[in-house]
Amino acid sequence: MVNSSDTLRERAWAAAAQVVDPEIPVLSIADLGVLREVRVAGDTVEVVITPTYSGCPAMRMIELELEAALRAAGIENLRISTVLAPAWTTDWLSDEGRRKLLAYGIAPPAGQASRRALFGREKVACPRCGSVDTERLAEFGSTSCKSLHRCRACAEPFDYFKCH
Amino acid sequence: MTAPALFTYTLRLADNALILGHRLSEWIGHAPLLEEELALGNVALDLIGEARALYAYAGAIEGKGRDEDQLAYRRDAGQFRNILLVEQPNGDFAVTVARQFLYSAFRHPFWRALAQSKDATLAAIAAKAEKEAAYHLRHASEWLIRLGDGTDESHRRAQDALDELWSYAGEMFETDAVEQKLIAQGVAVDPASLRPEWQRSMDEVLAEATLAKPAASWMQSGGRGGRHSEHLGHLLAEMQFLQRAYPGVAW
Repeated sequence: MVNSSDTLRERAWAAAAQVVDPEIPVLSIADLGVLREVRVAGDTVEVVITPTYSGCPAMRMIELELEAALRAAGIENLRISTVLAPAWTTDWLSDEGRRKLLAYGIAPPAGQASRRALFGREKVACPRCGSVDTERLAEFGSTSCKSLHRCRACAEPFDYFKCH
Repeated sequence: MTAPALFTYTLRLADNALILGHRLSEWIGHAPLLEEELALGNVALDLIGEARALYAYAGAIEGKGRDEDQLAYRRDAGQFRNILLVEQPNGDFAVTVARQFLYSAFRHPFWRALAQSKDATLAAIAAKAEKEAAYHLRHASEWLIRLGDGTDESHRRAQDALDELWSYAGEMFETDAVEQKLIAQGVAVDPASLRPEWQRSMDEVLAEATLAKPAASWMQSGGRGGRHSEHLGHLLAEMQFLQRAYPGVAW
């Protein structure tokens, strides 16, 4: 029994880990740290996810895609639950996730998430040319988790995945 | 008797977040520039996300089967418990910025303190909201400085906005019997403990913005008890239209 539930959990995790963030499709929910846990009780699989930001509009979509991915893996008895604690942080972003972001043209979070001073600024490197001579154009970008920057060296605008 | 107090406390937090979130969403399609439209939309989304989590919890505490939609869309103005500040109209951009600054300068340390609550659900919601409120405060502070230390016209408008909204700031620091009981239990935050940090944000940002801090004056009050300005009814008429026209409709 232990073996078969371990196998089921591995199968469920592998299926769940393939679901991508609908807004940054280069990242899987496993890369992001949104996929927290897969539990097995008998023949029922419970997948636990956590939102990045309180109002992240992708959560419902991620739930639907998780359900589809698990069913496609032959898992019928499933439950998806959302937890808020511990609060999601960019520190959970995997190294693989950071590499993928950079290759996609989004600057990965610079350093560890920590309490920022009121006017604190992070040093952000341009994902194209690597220069740190960059400026922030807007605190909020096309999604909650990004801000908009411009590189003064190569003059390209780019998104930055904010430390959070 | 803890459940009714906890319900009221949670509902007040939810109503503040929802009403301010809705106000900000009214800027969509009208913001002064595209980046700012995205910013206001993002802040609104954070606030409405916080409201959803709080309403879901309030409904569970109440135990009468009301879900987040029923609490948001099926109550009238007199049943809303938000402070008067958040229902004030958007006005010009300076009014929106000043309102956001006053609110966020309080709410950021508030969430940080509530993250230590003995109530695990409130603590979890607060720990997420605190990180978001840090961005909201920084965004509002930067705009207030840009407007205050900008042109003659932007300075005048920023000062007018601050003067107009100042009397709504006091309600954030009020407590009543409901809260005092929860504060004593380590569930709620004593707003008086947040005043030094709020004061520091006011002093630092207003100095850099070259804006004068309005003189201490009589403070508006009533929203937390359901006595609202006329603006809330108009806001609800638009926000609740669909659920009023088609009660119970779902996606």
